[in-house]
Amino acid sequence: MSRYIATRAIRGANTVVAEAEALLKAAIADLGPDTPVAFTNTAYFLPVNLAFMGRQIAKLSDMVPALEDAKRLLHPVPPENMWVPYLGETMDSGMATLLAEEIIEGIRFARGQEPQPITWDGTYIPTANFVTSDPMAKAGKRMNGPIDDIQLRAWGIQLVDGRMPGFAALIGCAKSTEVAVQIVRELQQRSILVFLSGSVNGRSIIHQLMEAGVEMGYDTYIIPFGTDTMATIYPLGFAARSALTFGGLKPGMPREILQYNRARVFAFAIALGEVDDLKYATAAGAINYGFPVVADTVIPQILPTGITPYEHVISMPFDDIEGKDDIERARKLVQRAIEVRGVKIKVTEVPIPVPYGSAFEGERVRKSDMRVEFGGKSSRCFEYLRMAPFDSIEDGKITVVGPDFDQIPPEGFMDMGIVVEVAGRKMQEDFEPVLERQIHYFVNGASGIQHIGQRDITWIRISKAAADKGFKLEHFGKILYARFHADFGAIVDKVQVTIYTDKAKMEEWLAKARQAYTHRNERLAGMTDDSVEEFFSCTLCQSFAPNHVCVISPERLGLCGAYNWLDCKASNQINPTGPNQPIKKGTCIDANFGVFEGVNSFVQQASHQAVQDVSMYSIMNNPMTACGCFECIAMVIPEANGVMVVSREDPSMTPAGMTFSTLAGVAGGGLQTAGVMGHGKYYLTSRKYLSSDGGFKRVVWMSSFLKESMKEEFKAVAEREGDPNLIEKIADERVATSVEQLLPFLEEKAHPALTMPPLF
Amino acid sequence: MTEASRRSTDPAIQKLLAVAAEDGVELAWDRLQAQQPQCGFGQLGVCCRICHQGPCRVDPFGEGPQRGVCGADADTIIARNFARMGAAGGAAHSDHGRDMALTLLALAEGHAPDYQIRDVRKLMSVAGYLGVPTNDRPTMDIVKDVALKALAQFGQQTGELAYAQRAPKKRQELWRQAGIMPRGIDREVVDVMHRTHIGNDQWYESIILAAMRSSLADGWGGSMLSTDITDILFGSPVPLVANANMGALSETMVNVVIHGHEPTLSEMILVAVNDPELIAYAKSQGATGINLTGLCCTSNETLMRQGVATIGNFLSQELAITTGAVDLMVVDIQCIMQALGPLTEHYHTKLVTTSPKAHIAGVTHVDFDEHRALDIAKQVVKMGIDNFKNRKGTHIPKDIDQMVVGFSHEYINYALGGMFRGSFRPLNDAIISGRLRGAAGVVGCNHAASCHDETHLYTVRELIKNDVLVVLTGCSAIGCAKHGLLSPDAAKFAGPGLREICETVGIPPVLHLGSCVDNTRILTVLSQMASEGGLGDDISDLPGAGFAPEWMSEKAISIGCYFAGSGVYTIMGGRSPIAGSKKVTEFLGDVLEERLGGRLEFLPDPQEAVERALKHIDKKRAALGLPEYDAKRFGQSGDAVTLKMLEKTDDEILNVYSARA
Ligand code: SF4
Ligand code: SF4
Ligand code: SF4
Repeated sequence: MSRYIATRAIRGANTVVAEAEALLKAAIADLGPDTPVAFTNTAYFLPVNLAFMGRQIAKLSDMVPALEDAKRLLHPVPPENMWVPYLGETMDSGMATLLAEEIIEGIRFARGQEPQPITWDGTYIPTANFVTSDPMAKAGKRMNGPIDDIQLRAWGIQLVDGRMPGFAALIGCAKSTEVAVQIVRELQQRSILVFLSGSVNGRSIIHQLMEAGVEMGYDTYIIPFGTDTMATIYPLGFAARSALTFGGLKPGMPREILQYNRARVFAFAIALGEVDDLKYATAAGAINYGFPVVADTVIPQILPTGITPYEHVISMPFDDIEGKDDIERARKLVQRAIEVRGVKIKVTEVPIPVPYGSAFEGERVRKSDMRVEFGGKSSRCFEYLRMAPFDSIEDGKITVVGPDFDQIPPEGFMDMGIVVEVAGRKMQEDFEPVLERQIHYFVNGASGIQHIGQRDITWIRISKAAADKGFKLEHFGKILYARFHADFGAIVDKVQVTIYTDKAKMEEWLAKARQAYTHRNERLAGMTDDSVEEFFSCTLCQSFAPNHVCVISPERLGLCGAYNWLDCKASNQINPTGPNQPIKKGTCIDANFGVFEGVNSFVQQASHQAVQDVSMYSIMNNPMTACGCFECIAMVIPEANGVMVVSREDPSMTPAGMTFSTLAGVAGGGLQTAGVMGHGKYYLTSRKYLSSDGGFKRVVWMSSFLKESMKEEFKAVAEREGDPNLIEKIADERVATSVEQLLPFLEEKAHPALTMPPLF
Repeated sequence: MTEASRRSTDPAIQKLLAVAAEDGVELAWDRLQAQQPQCGFGQLGVCCRICHQGPCRVDPFGEGPQRGVCGADADTIIARNFARMGAAGGAAHSDHGRDMALTLLALAEGHAPDYQIRDVRKLMSVAGYLGVPTNDRPTMDIVKDVALKALAQFGQQTGELAYAQRAPKKRQELWRQAGIMPRGIDREVVDVMHRTHIGNDQWYESIILAAMRSSLADGWGGSMLSTDITDILFGSPVPLVANANMGALSETMVNVVIHGHEPTLSEMILVAVNDPELIAYAKSQGATGINLTGLCCTSNETLMRQGVATIGNFLSQELAITTGAVDLMVVDIQCIMQALGPLTEHYHTKLVTTSPKAHIAGVTHVDFDEHRALDIAKQVVKMGIDNFKNRKGTHIPKDIDQMVVGFSHEYINYALGGMFRGSFRPLNDAIISGRLRGAAGVVGCNHAASCHDETHLYTVRELIKNDVLVVLTGCSAIGCAKHGLLSPDAAKFAGPGLREICETVGIPPVLHLGSCVDNTRILTVLSQMASEGGLGDDISDLPGAGFAPEWMSEKAISIGCYFAGSGVYTIMGGRSPIAGSKKVTEFLGDVLEERLGGRLEFLPDPQEAVERALKHIDKKRAALGLPEYDAKRFGQSGDAVTLKMLEKTDDEILNVYSARA
């Protein structure tokens, strides 16, 4: 600390705790002590109070003792002379601030004032938000409020595999709108989540971005929490929950949770504009997490390290930053902030005329904003990647065969085929689909380009803005060339891209591609657990869940859904000492349960002895552990003699008596719990899905989201299981959210599980 | 330079020296003068009086006799004298610790109604170290078991001291290898006394190693238990602002001064002076109230915990009397000059001894008994009030300094991150980065032969100027307090890196850790630093050093030995008591460093002492692979820039985006 900061932070803490107390008193008087308090879609109550104090706040009266916690952490402001030490005291006051701020937000929820509605003119452009059904949010007429558990888990995998290095909390208001946009773009280009809150003299960076027409929401990694400093509690609650979700830590373990954040969550705050008492106090709270603060104004610096791994507080007075204009200064400000947190970020330079970064992956291009589209309803588009003999291709060669889109009228369409040919000493035919799947992410990273689908159902849109900036077809080639070299340089040495818009050529290549797709499908179908000698481990999630290890076989993909056996094989080629290690199956101890000597010994060692035995195909007997980023949770429903499967997109109640979020607490954290298991969506379609427990026929309930989004796949599964109507016999949240509702449904449909051998 | 300024750097003392001269009373300095010339054999340590055939003296020039009657040579004689000094010092500390444990036991058994458990958290952690179960047990049961286990440490015959487990693993292993792992507290003292009897151990190496072991039994045993139990009974210190020096005496109130070492008494006196009845009584005697202050380590105890002012250290005790304002001086044990007896006859001060172990011929004695502690304390305070009317003229110097005290290792841990993030990480980081070059402890007494406090001040000022964080105990702390070095403002004397740390944490560059027994807090801090990571895995890896610049008591030898034995480079000032033996000097230096990583040296020149310590610190930094110390790299944090900018705001429009003029 510095005495100046300590003084202001401690003063701010005292003020906000007093404010919380007054608000609470009034709220209890107005609404009654039993009025429920809840953040949206979370099993973690008010997460900061839960994590650090172990308090489950569910109604207003629960806040009374919670506020006492905060009061106990307050200290007097240091005097002008002969002060006693203030660092520890400021840290505690910072924590008191967070507890109080969250209580205030909780009260606002109870009063229906949160998430903050936008009360000023205008709206912002929200991104496609796959959970909200709130019309205000959809219309961009309210702030985000706390992050849903679902989103937390969805981001989890990106955070662990490094696609998303961390988050930046931008608090206040940038020097100008131009600067605000630049700062945000810099962060987006590095795929850093941008969390917005606070204001200076009534003006917030959220206003600035609204005015600049920046798309905000989960998909663009820009989350507007609220225009006051209090809203900063949401990102900090997000950080606290990440420790509970992925780190296997329990509520009431403040030290461990904070240490977890210091070590594993790469986050920092940038204070934009003047810093007031409450911002200092909130910053002190953030420093408890090991998150440093960078200010663009003159404030005292705290350079010694310890509580944060790098400097605690840095002042970079904006006008004093060397640079030819504000844009360059903004860029340097962001760079410094990233250095201070020690975030290592690999930025691949992609030579195209629009910004590039995975934060742009979620951008949508609306029909009215669209310059041209390929695929979709009116045209055809495909992408095909194949391995070529080393000398047959030329590295970096990008050819467009046929016309560019300049002749197409605005909002028009045309056919296109993207053919990528790669060569490399370590390249294998098996890796073709792995690499081809990357095209989706690579192309989507360009701002103003939207990519959906794959293979011959690819659908690409180019926005008018991108076209105006000079985006041309050849730029697809530039993107792919740069990214394949950067990300897969270990297996590919040469990349050549050809883009076909010429009708005849396009048809010719489409036929070749389709042939290859069929060939791959057959090969993949033939690839079974029995046909390979080794499985792969995935320990990527150990950066978050230190004892968790996924065992990935051809017939069981990783629980996050992001890694299958082939992905792991390729990843192992790229990085032989990385998180994906081959596991020799060794002697098969039990073919039915899927117990292998090699797998057990690997898991023992990789889980640091936390897990001794693993069955690959059972939920009842030593099921595989889960970190926190599973796509689905399966849980046994004893009354139905079957299992239910809830997907993380489904916020509804389940027959297990718990929502996904609550269940996740049981399934996650790297622990083995018989009868509960996290898994990837596509594991449902595997022949080995719970095969020792009776297989897919055991599924008695499944989120409608799964049924709908994987219709085709399930149709095939039903055929395979010899019961073409099987899917209709499975209940979902629309017909049953309790066992009482489930059982009659199953009886009526004569679900096979009812007559299968008992699970227990 | 005046005679007064040659005797003391303390302005209050200088003034009072003049008063004493005028009053024609004799002080320590005068008696030292009268002792001149002191015996050369004794000064070199080559005089043996262990058996009745002596005194035997070895001629240091190699011309006269080289052996005593029994054949003991200079190495043996010196090693024995040295070992006995240490054993006596350790006995004093540990016996103090035993009394604390007995008080704790009396409390648990309901016989000491005036005491209570003030720090339950500490009780629990001590219970943990001593293997006392705590789950779901009534507090008093735990207290009793802790007291009994603590007492058992004194009489333990075999095995290892329980607290040795608090040292880094590697250190414990070194002690085992060297055969100096302490077995029981009393046993090690007896071992030295026996070993050094005539005709017993006559190899300086094994004698010195035994001395090490008995000192370790003090540092990691008796003293550490004393600190812990004192914290349990009276609370672990947290920072407080307090006053130092004679200016804290009152012209109008009854001045009660506590002096000695044991807080069992002084804490009760503190309660007594706040008793409304006694205050009323004081007022009835013409005083405006009762003012409590202290001297030496018992003062450090009440200073650290309740902020009771200290008026001085060892060499201040006689001068306090000469102010004519001390109505009552209550003493318990250790460092109480017999000279106080005759001196108080010359002034009005009422002197009362209280410990059954520390009488002074001709001085009023009230036997202190923890069973009736408060009654006795009140009875004694009343004597002071009754004495108020006997005051004649007073000469209270106005000198007074403020300080921040109260740095227990628990608080330091808290200070570096608060309830949730407290740890030694920031301290280790500061050393690793080079903001702090290292850390040093400066401890120990005053010595009449060196200018009062001067060497303490020189050493501390030089260290902080060189970005070395300093911790203090005992009379050293009081000496520095009297000169403003314990105030946060003193950061301006520190190097740029240390200043940054001070500003970050809000600490003075010099931390007061407590009384002489609280040197064990330093051991705990060092162990925690070693286990925090990044600075090796043993105390001897840390870039640090210890100093006792003006030491004189036997306790100081014990302290020096347990620090050296724990891996610290320890430099004691003044004349060397082992100068007569090259072998013993070498053994405590190079040989010890080789075997235990620490060394004990006696260096009369304070400048050389600091230089050697800095060199040692740099050597340790290099061994750890830390960046070379370079003051120029640091000093950019802090409030200065912001405050300067804010100053301008009155008439100009503030541009918060620029620090430029
Ligand atoms: S496969 Fe498993 S360990 Fe690997 S990233 Fe996915 S969930 Fe994490
Ligand atoms: S012990 Fe030996 S050296 Fe010492 S006094 Fe006796 S005879 Fe002399
Ligand atoms: S430091 Fe020395 S003189 Fe001072 S009280 Fe302690 S032992 Fe006595």
